[in-house]
Amino acid sequence: MTTLVAPPVTGVGTLLRFALRRERIRIPIWVGALTLTTVSTVAGFPGLYPTAASRQSRAALMDSPAATAMSGPGFGLGDYTYGAMLANEMIGFLAIFVALMSVLMVSRHTRHEEEQGRAELIRAGVVGRHASLTAALAVTVFANLLLAVILTVALGGMGIETIGWGGSALFAASLAMVGIVFAAVAAVSAQVFEHGRAASGIAGGLIGVAYALRAAGDMGIDSLSWLSPIGWAQRTKSYVDGTAWPLLLGLVVAAALVAAAYALSLQRDVGAGLRQTRPGAAGASDVLSTPLGFALRLHRGALIGWTSAMFLFGAMYGSLAAEVETFVESNPEMQEFIQQVGGASFTKSWLAAIMSMLAMVCSVFGILAIARMRTEETSRRAEPVLSTALTRTGWVAGHLTVALAGGAAVMLACGLGLGLSAMASTGDSSLLTGLLGAALAYVPAVWLATGLALALFGLLPGAVHAAWAVLVYALFVGMIGPLLRLPGWLNDLSPFFHVPQLPAADFSATPVVLLAAVAAGLVAVGFAGVRQRDLESV
Amino acid sequence: MDGTNLAIAVTGLHKSFGRTRALDGLDLTVTQGEIHGFLGPNGSGKTTTIRVLLGLLKADAGTATLLGGDPWTDVASLHRRLAYVPGDVNLWPNLSGGEVIDLLGRLRGGLDTRRREQLIERFDLDPRKKGRTYSKGNRQKVAIIAALASNVELLLLDEPTAGLDPLMEATFRRTIEEEREQGRTVLLSSHILAEVEALCDRVSIIRGGKTVETGTLAELRHLTRTSITAELAGPADGLHTMADVHDLHVEGSRVRFDVETRSLDAALRQLTAIGVRSLVSQPPTLEELFLRHYTEETARANGKATTS
Repeated sequence: MTTLVAPPVTGVGTLLRFALRRERIRIPIWVGALTLTTVSTVAGFPGLYPTAASRQSRAALMDSPAATAMSGPGFGLGDYTYGAMLANEMIGFLAIFVALMSVLMVSRHTRHEEEQGRAELIRAGVVGRHASLTAALAVTVFANLLLAVILTVALGGMGIETIGWGGSALFAASLAMVGIVFAAVAAVSAQVFEHGRAASGIAGGLIGVAYALRAAGDMGIDSLSWLSPIGWAQRTKSYVDGTAWPLLLGLVVAAALVAAAYALSLQRDVGAGLRQTRPGAAGASDVLSTPLGFALRLHRGALIGWTSAMFLFGAMYGSLAAEVETFVESNPEMQEFIQQVGGASFTKSWLAAIMSMLAMVCSVFGILAIARMRTEETSRRAEPVLSTALTRTGWVAGHLTVALAGGAAVMLACGLGLGLSAMASTGDSSLLTGLLGAALAYVPAVWLATGLALALFGLLPGAVHAAWAVLVYALFVGMIGPLLRLPGWLNDLSPFFHVPQLPAADFSATPVVLLAAVAAGLVAVGFAGVRQRDLESV
Repeated sequence: MDGTNLAIAVTGLHKSFGRTRALDGLDLTVTQGEIHGFLGPNGSGKTTTIRVLLGLLKADAGTATLLGGDPWTDVASLHRRLAYVPGDVNLWPNLSGGEVIDLLGRLRGGLDTRRREQLIERFDLDPRKKGRTYSKGNRQKVAIIAALASNVELLLLDEPTAGLDPLMEATFRRTIEEEREQGRTVLLSSHILAEVEALCDRVSIIRGGKTVETGTLAELRHLTRTSITAELAGPADGLHTMADVHDLHVEGSRVRFDVETRSLDAALRQLTAIGVRSLVSQPPTLEELFLRHYTEETARANGKATTS
């Protein structure tokens, strides 16, 4: 009698159709939003930069350390065509979101499923060991390829000079490559970490690392850019002198990571991580038994992770401060420009720009902390807690305190990392205090994002994730805004836009106080909303 | 009933979620010191009622009084005097069971540590395990111990034994008996009818968000039917014309039928008039009562669907 051994991917077709059905809203939203952002930006180019001279003046602006750190290595600055402008200034921004789409999608279909216990239901069926992971990767690769096709058609079809079909295909394929590499990264982290939050958090943090690596690489240490998938995407030089081979590099790395993920998945049980969980305490400490201590315990992992990650990111960027000085010294035109402008040193302006970017990223912690309350609510964990003498106000106050104080701590850690490392790199000790001050000045803006999340949690709890819009908008205004020469009021909508640009500019209290006041108002709205509404347990 | 010794007094409670009407004029009265069974099919509104009583949901209409207070406004003061066991316990993955028990107890205003140890031993729980590693039954035990280790007046239990093994279910029953002796009031929502029959002084049956029956088990038994199987001396005359006799089967001299409790006496007289050779009667069980209400609901729901 022969035994038939089912292949390890049995059932993958059914699972893939199931995964596609679950993503039938999200995939069109991601692909649509990314395409629309790109196309509407490009559509503005001919009006904003009608002549070669106007494009070259933009190119001169981009030939600066700040622009290089924010955007890209500046291929094609010599003849800054619309295509070169698109590739140089947008690919980094878009790559972050494509990578984020992939990380969230893979985590959702792997570790989060296991965490909810739904994976057991699936694995009990006629389903091979590797079928779930394969389906998760397949649906994510599909989303990336769909984006590549639609973006190519949309950009190529615009008929804008120098934005042709070939260049657009390469540009879109480069983005899809970044997405696929990060899908593979998320597949590995889903095997290693037991909690979905940790798995997607680490993979998301690696997007930040990839962005920072290419910033460092593009500013001088070129080899670092080759460690970053976003760097590879930029090095296809689409619309300039396109080369496709960095795409292959990305695919090879992705394949290796996927193979590693499959191998790791054989080393563990369903639902478990690679590490075994240790037993906990037999009873609660006095600190844990207070509302604040309890909230702190729930956010502890995230808080430690975010403070250390943002300290490191700050330190990474700070170490480039000396590069900025070299960059300026080797560029006589730049020195002349600085002398004309007068005032702040170029290094300080560069650091102020970096601080603003990092502050936007720091605001994620507060939004996540408030969103965590929503998870507590819908997963019914809030129910037993709110059935004790703890009131809703007290419950929210505990979480909010951690979100606000934690947000400030993350911001300060980031300023400290940036300041210490900038001081070490340039020998200018005033940068440390200057950057700590800059970090403090951003705290109210970070709180405003937290406050918005809380207001949504109180009034429209199902839409708490809409608070992400503030961050995405701020990043858009910060990274793409100058290219589009957005009107003032559109910039004003971003809370981060109002913060004084320390250490390059002087501190001004009015905007900071106003931001804090708006944050306080949003918090008050949130509290009032939470007290009035039903506790939902979907 | 004296209004002052009511632990729970709910009248005409309404609650809708969008278009779904979860509670449609529900009434519930629980006197102090009693164990009150709260029965009803899935989705009939038991959990919604308990959530309103806990101040987690705000009722659209009707009144609810809990231990003399308003469950929506007097949250903190009321919650110090009650404990709750949810039917679907979800624990924090990074907290141990012992930590959860202490946390919930202390947030309520303190717990009896001696009672806590006693219950942990009795329910055979390892308090050092982390939330995720507990089975469904063990998660349930954590919630039960957290609730019972506090000195409270009122226990709201929403299907507390779902997931417990029969041994632990017996332990749970014994523990609730002790709670009764302590004079505590218990609202016990359950599907395990043996448990309700063993523990509860009074029972309320709800259906479609309304209370359909309420009373002691003895009172409710009067509302249902006794099954009779008899071997008769003569032909089974007269039975089929009797008002409260249902499902009559006659096979030669054997008869089998159900009779409403109020006409049991009349039916037996009729049988003895014919002459009885043997007789088996089965008393109504809570299960029958329950099944009757369930099936009636299904029948009514189907009828509604076709007419509307």
